[in-house]
Amino acid sequence: MPVLCSSCGDKRAVLKRPKTGHSLCKACFFWAFEEEVHQTIVTANLFKHGEIVGIAASGGKDSTVLAHVMKLLNERFNYGLELMLLSVDEGISGYRDDSLETVKRNQQQYELPLKIVSYEELYGWTMDAIVKQVGRKNNCTFCGVFRRQALDRGALMLKVDKICTGHNADDIAETVVMNVLRGDIARLRRCTAISTASEGDGVVPRCKPLKYAYEKEIVLYAYFKKLDYFSTECIYSPNAYRGHARTFLKDLESVRPSSIMDIIHSGENLSVRDGVKMPVQGTCQRCGYISSQSLCKSCVLLEGLNRGLPKLGIGKHHRLHDKILIQQPFTEKEERKLKTVHF
Amino acid sequence: MCQVEEEYHGPLLREELPSVSRQCVKCKEASAAVVIRAGDAYCRGCFKDYFIHKFRAVLGKNRLIFPEEKVLLAVSGGPSSCSMLSQVQEGLSQNAHKKLRFLPGIVYIDEGGAVGQSAEHRRRTVEELRAVFRATGLPFLMVPLEQVLDLPSSAVLSAPGASEQEAGAYKAAVDHFLLSDGSSGVTAGQQQETPPPEVQEAHTHSLQRLLGSAGTLTAREELLSILRQHLLVHTARSAGYSKLMLGDSCTRLAVKLLSSISLGRGAQLAHDTGFSDSRYGDTILVRPMRDYSAKEIAYYNRMFSVPSVFTAGLDTKTADKSSIQHLTESFVIKLQADFPSTVSTIYRTSEKLQSCKGSASAGGDRCLLCVCALDTAAENASAFSATLISEQLSQKKSPGESRQAPASQCCSIVGGELCGNGARGCCSSAKAPPLRSLLCYSCQLTIKDMASEEVLPQYILSEAERRLRRSQLREEIRGFLLEGEADEG
Repeated sequence: MPVLCSSCGDKRAVLKRPKTGHSLCKACFFWAFEEEVHQTIVTANLFKHGEIVGIAASGGKDSTVLAHVMKLLNERFNYGLELMLLSVDEGISGYRDDSLETVKRNQQQYELPLKIVSYEELYGWTMDAIVKQVGRKNNCTFCGVFRRQALDRGALMLKVDKICTGHNADDIAETVVMNVLRGDIARLRRCTAISTASEGDGVVPRCKPLKYAYEKEIVLYAYFKKLDYFSTECIYSPNAYRGHARTFLKDLESVRPSSIMDIIHSGENLSVRDGVKMPVQGTCQRCGYISSQSLCKSCVLLEGLNRGLPKLGIGKHHRLHDKILIQQPFTEKEERKLKTVHF
Repeated sequence: MCQVEEEYHGPLLREELPSVSRQCVKCKEASAAVVIRAGDAYCRGCFKDYFIHKFRAVLGKNRLIFPEEKVLLAVSGGPSSCSMLSQVQEGLSQNAHKKLRFLPGIVYIDEGGAVGQSAEHRRRTVEELRAVFRATGLPFLMVPLEQVLDLPSSAVLSAPGASEQEAGAYKAAVDHFLLSDGSSGVTAGQQQETPPPEVQEAHTHSLQRLLGSAGTLTAREELLSILRQHLLVHTARSAGYSKLMLGDSCTRLAVKLLSSISLGRGAQLAHDTGFSDSRYGDTILVRPMRDYSAKEIAYYNRMFSVPSVFTAGLDTKTADKSSIQHLTESFVIKLQADFPSTVSTIYRTSEKLQSCKGSASAGGDRCLLCVCALDTAAENASAFSATLISEQLSQKKSPGESRQAPASQCCSIVGGELCGNGARGCCSSAKAPPLRSLLCYSCQLTIKDMASEEVLPQYILSEAERRLRRSQLREEIRGFLLEGEADEG
């Protein structure tokens, strides 16, 4: 006997929602999904009428669905936003060049302007070259730090007011777990915020409209809407520490599907004791980007790469910042610690 | 090399060979007996000093336990709590000025009925532990978990505690004690040989039915720990103990932190994993073993023959993914093997947290089950409100439906508040009282997994009814109340 949709009660249900367990037909699922994103945007006041919004597009399922839904909701509810696509080329052959093709196709399908910024032009290094120097263990740090700045630079070039990224509920829950495992109390406090602070020039505020959407539902949406996306994992990802948090999260979801929202709820309601030392926001003395140290992380990483000392930037090195700033060479002992060991 | 006269004229380069037998890093004389962390090898004597010192330090640093105070030690028979017991004994046997100054008692909760042990097995375990406790010379109580069904409603209430102590109060109390010669000592609590309370089969069945009504092992474990906590606090209160010492080790607390986050208890983390837990007001829960990793405790127990009795829990011998708590435990232990600083890092995170200072006053808005402040104010753009919206959007909204269906729907949609005037009729005619409005986020999830709310013990149900009636009253007179009225619950 076919199961009927629990929302409209007429049509046959074709899927079971991972989030609530209800069985829905295609049309009701689309409507529920889009309505939830709309509610998130409206209740959190993410956008103002007339803003120029850059959608961070990587060609993967999250950003493709984000672009699709943003365009749809913009028209349906008259947000009055001007949308643009912004993409970052890290220079990972076999992965990023394929996904960029998908972004270019998306641009044509959604008729949105597109800008691609690459690590090569911004920093002079591609991820492939970086991995050759650093090895396969700490390279996600480089990619993540560089990408953040690349997005901001690209946003400034495009003159957008806001960036929106495709982070979904699973990503946020994973980040909460990872910050607990790493003991990073400052990030733990900030990571569940739906949008970043908007003060400071050189910094474009970002938001996450898909914050409460489960990854599985995004995949279901993309599948049923027959959206065009690129679905391979980064070739360097198997060794990332985040993988542990991700496996844990997947197991949790199989025990209790609401765990993901429960973790986000916990993260939102955490409160830190007074008197715990928190980093203070300042600016980098070399490039002017925001930073809590005297040198921003990407300057430190770049310095390490250019000097052939790739471990500069991984681990604690505050004392070396002053030395870098005044261009003083390191002692031999320091140099030895910062080089990687090649067998 | 292959000469007739083998003579080396130049200076010989002797390589430093790593030696297998190391010296203790502290006293540098005796040979090491145990390696705690990567760099720390200790000999027997130094290890014992280190272990004992940590216990005294954690008590001394958090100046919570006053001289002559009655403290109840909750011993489950496991290695951590038995180690705690032996540390307390150790502290009591010191020479006068370093002696521990409080008056301890022991309590053991017999959970065999909940786990499904036979009566014979339970009796044997109780006898073994009785022998251990008798040897300590401290007063002890053996309480079967079935007694939780007969608790009064005060078990879930937070009573006003001792008035706020200023910073100097502890020092003043200690000085006063020293001056008065402190001769009363520990013999104040005489050991009484109370016969073991008879456990009726019917009670065991009720308990098992209560736990069995929870559909998932996660909910069952949460329910068991809530009941255990209620019983412990009630026992402490009725026997006149103002502090309750729990034997959670660092490893166990790190696992508890991560599993609490996974269960949605972010607002109550400091209560669940901090050194002191003052949610019950007059009885304060203290965790002195929180600096010890499970490994250190195991080494100590083995080297110095601390007796302990193993009792199976609900998740013993179950698969990894059977419950969230069990899954988290295996995750943390496995990660610890690859990254040895995992447990201590998680533990340090727990030290930096505090409980959400919500708008809850002392008696007012506390969760019915876990007695922590409620965190279900569904603010705009929060995970909780997003969940409620999703539930709403996935279900049929038809006004022409029968009265019954909207009753259960509207209670879950409205969530934190009671239904308005018109729907009051539907709530009272519904099958079960809207218990959810009285619970915090994670207790709501636990109750959601239960087949029926009526199997909950009477004290919980009657307290729930009382609170619902009171909030109904408040709704009625809301227009006439002035803002800022303190509510005594």
